[in-house]
Amino acid sequence: MVAKVCGTPKEAFLKVCEYIAETAAPNKTMTNLYALGWTEHSVGSQNIRSMAIIQLLLGNMGMAGGGINALRGHANVQGITDFALYAQNLPGYLAVPSDAEPDLKTFLEKKTPKMLRPGQMNFGQNLPKWYVSLHKAWWGNAATKENGFAYDFMPKLAGASDVLSIFDQMYQGKVHGFLCQGFNPLASVANKKKVSDALSKLKYMVVMDPLATDTSEFWKPHGEFNDVDPSKIPTEVFRLPTTLFAETSGSFTNSGRVIQWRWKAANGPGEAKDDTEIMATLFLKLKDMYAKDGGAYSEPIQKLTWAYRIPTKPSPEELMMEYNGKALADVLDPKDPTKVLVKAGDQLPSFAMLRDDGSTTCGNWIYCGVWSQAGNNSARRDNSDPSGLGQTLNWGFAWPVNRRILYNRASADPSGKPWDPQRTVLKWLGDKWGGNDVPDMRPDAAPEQNVMPFIMTGEGVGRLFAVGLMAEGPFPEHYEPFESPLDNNPMHPKNPKARANPAARVYKGDMEAFGTAKDFPYVGTTYRLTEHFHYWTKQSKINAIMQPEQFVEIGEELAREKGITAGDKVKVRSNRGFIKGVAVVTKRIKALDVDGKKVHTIGIPIHYGFKGATKPGFITNTLTPFVGDANTQTPEYKAFLVNIEKA
Amino acid sequence: MALQSLDIKQRSATTTPSTQVRQTVEIAKLIDVSACIGCKACQVACSEWNDIRDEVGNCHGVYDNPMDLSAKSWTVMRYTEVEQNNKLEWLIRKDGCMHCADPGCLKACPAPGAIIQYSNGIVDFHQENCIGCGYCVTGCPFNVPRISKEDSKAYKCSLCSDRVAVNQAPACAKACPTGAIQFGSKEDMKDYAAKRVTDLKERGYDQAGLYDPQGVGGTHVMYVLHHADKPDLYAGLPANPSISPLVSLWKGVAKPLATLALAGVALGSLFHYVTKGPNEVSKEIEDEIEKEDAK
Repeated sequence: MVAKVCGTPKEAFLKVCEYIAETAAPNKTMTNLYALGWTEHSVGSQNIRSMAIIQLLLGNMGMAGGGINALRGHANVQGITDFALYAQNLPGYLAVPSDAEPDLKTFLEKKTPKMLRPGQMNFGQNLPKWYVSLHKAWWGNAATKENGFAYDFMPKLAGASDVLSIFDQMYQGKVHGFLCQGFNPLASVANKKKVSDALSKLKYMVVMDPLATDTSEFWKPHGEFNDVDPSKIPTEVFRLPTTLFAETSGSFTNSGRVIQWRWKAANGPGEAKDDTEIMATLFLKLKDMYAKDGGAYSEPIQKLTWAYRIPTKPSPEELMMEYNGKALADVLDPKDPTKVLVKAGDQLPSFAMLRDDGSTTCGNWIYCGVWSQAGNNSARRDNSDPSGLGQTLNWGFAWPVNRRILYNRASADPSGKPWDPQRTVLKWLGDKWGGNDVPDMRPDAAPEQNVMPFIMTGEGVGRLFAVGLMAEGPFPEHYEPFESPLDNNPMHPKNPKARANPAARVYKGDMEAFGTAKDFPYVGTTYRLTEHFHYWTKQSKINAIMQPEQFVEIGEELAREKGITAGDKVKVRSNRGFIKGVAVVTKRIKALDVDGKKVHTIGIPIHYGFKGATKPGFITNTLTPFVGDANTQTPEYKAFLVNIEKA
Repeated sequence: MALQSLDIKQRSATTTPSTQVRQTVEIAKLIDVSACIGCKACQVACSEWNDIRDEVGNCHGVYDNPMDLSAKSWTVMRYTEVEQNNKLEWLIRKDGCMHCADPGCLKACPAPGAIIQYSNGIVDFHQENCIGCGYCVTGCPFNVPRISKEDSKAYKCSLCSDRVAVNQAPACAKACPTGAIQFGSKEDMKDYAAKRVTDLKERGYDQAGLYDPQGVGGTHVMYVLHHADKPDLYAGLPANPSISPLVSLWKGVAKPLATLALAGVALGSLFHYVTKGPNEVSKEIEDEIEKEDAK
């Protein structure tokens, strides 16, 4: 069935399965590293969940060299996600309140997970401490027990707020202004035409970026590459040049959750300012305007904590200390209230010190400990690795609490002995847990107490069967992409409703913009080249020299059928538009046999556009469909339908 | 490329004896083709360290870009898709100067001190002495040197002699993310290569081996190849490179004849001067030169 659905030869698939199954042995571990090849599908979350289930079954979680790991595409993708890149989350992945929770008590009762089996850690039960400390960091003295720690100040989520939904709302004319910070949506969001039409309905757009992005010139004609009529676009665009990462200090958080401080290397050019300075100046100006002119419900802005030495320039150091949090009053030991754990005014050493009575602040609970009384732990640079396992515990600071391997209790058997003594992560020392990592377990929880390793679930174990957590069902299921060369899902050939992910969201007009295999017989897939980084490096001369011009890749067989030879100009069309590029004919892309049908793939690198040092080109996302994964709404860039012809 | 603190072993068209006192270690760069992912980080590092920027070109239907070595591209990746043992292999070879022990370029060069071989094995071009005759191009068995259209001088990889002189690895080796470019003493590199070859043989590449061609006395840039029996698979890497017989001819029999010819030209010029007087620069040419100077 697998070979029938995806075209992988049966023998090759079985060989891979064998390799994977071998890692069930205690002394053999497999890691799974995934990136956009798995996420950019309408079933992306299910792809990853499937592998998570396999890793749980094989006992590869919590082991040295195990787990399931997102390979981030940029030095700080992890960091930006930790700090609420997705508006559905607050910093540290805390839930955002909605109108359904009118007060703090209701909100916390609803969001705090219940213990599902006795004696487990159910670590999420600490949510009130994390959430109240966040409000104390943001609104300080204005957040009191009486006013629910300023619960009303927190904006309430009103429906979906992911990228696709925001651009759909914009497209419907429901958005007036757009602050576009370090983001080039015209190039990076699916269906360029829809994004361009959406931006055309704004009153204004402010672009904060080190580069003159394609988005900032969405209104400007660039020949056939950006065929627009500025007289019909009322949007006013402002460009605010910012510094680049090397022109400001701060931190990067990598795929392994290691937070690493970095130091400014050069001054920014011209009038470029740090993003924080621009945001701070804008905030102070708004605050001033509210004070002078009044306005509806200005309290959350008036009372926001803003205790920076230079109010228009919050320093990266001040911000990191604020994320870490401090004690507002002495933090006492709950077991012995005569003992002071943290003195009032001190930086907190760990989120175990957070309290829900308003006596602690913390801007992001998972970062607690990164800047303790000992100083900036993310700036530590001791790369010694005494265990030889790559456990450099004194290099930077990993969240949470400098733990390098999540669920590391699972690296030891129920009695506390390491599954693989050659690669000990954790072991029971008789009275406490020790080893080569910070235990992901209550330090004194003896093995016979049966406290299970998956401390974030209410039952303490990994979830093979998950009810109510995924948009889809409790088990992963195969669905075809929204645009597929197949008429049916080979696993459910008689159920048209199970063809594509039924839980995915499709907006009005986007379903109509899908094409069919009759008109677009080939599978298009987009990807990146080693020579470029997204849509940035096309602005850099050396990268432009290395890969100067847009191309598309096709297999030799399709090239013969279409009379295309390497170097020819070709036109690739989807139901949403077309792009042109140079044909690269390659043996690396072969026709697949899928459900008895020969399927050709066309590979399309993303990096080009009408702005930059590379040869002017089309935006690849002209082709891609405006539909995403049912859980994350990550667009389906990896599988859609196209046609190709000589240009 | 520039002033340096490395000992010189030989200089083009020079008979001055070289230094003998210091002991130096023979170095080498080892390119493990089997570990290369073709990311071009080495090309980028080369451009950055050496302050060279080639033209932003076009795509020619392949991954290669720039398409060839030039005065501003001292190394380029050459991508070849081949089917071996019923398996597709994407062979990616980093092309550039091989730093031959017996350098054909140096042998062919008529300009004193334009081409230098250091005692550590690096063959370097000193452009300030280069007369742009292009003999080094003919002399090279690997078709590496390129003459600049801007200054009519020959350029190629210097093996980052300026970095090596201060105990730094070449920029390409430093930038390589997979360890496909190793740098060290030639002896260490041969040891490292032997380990890689053993590993490749265990993985089914029976003909894996080291490329260190003896026709040019061995090289200071060596390759680990999965198919050492067929170097030609790797974008035409020559199986048995040797210096063109024309160079030997020029150095051997033809050189005295050429000297005679040059003397003849000098004599002719003298005759011209005596009979016709000095060459006069016309007014138009003088105006042209003044205009150029004013810019």
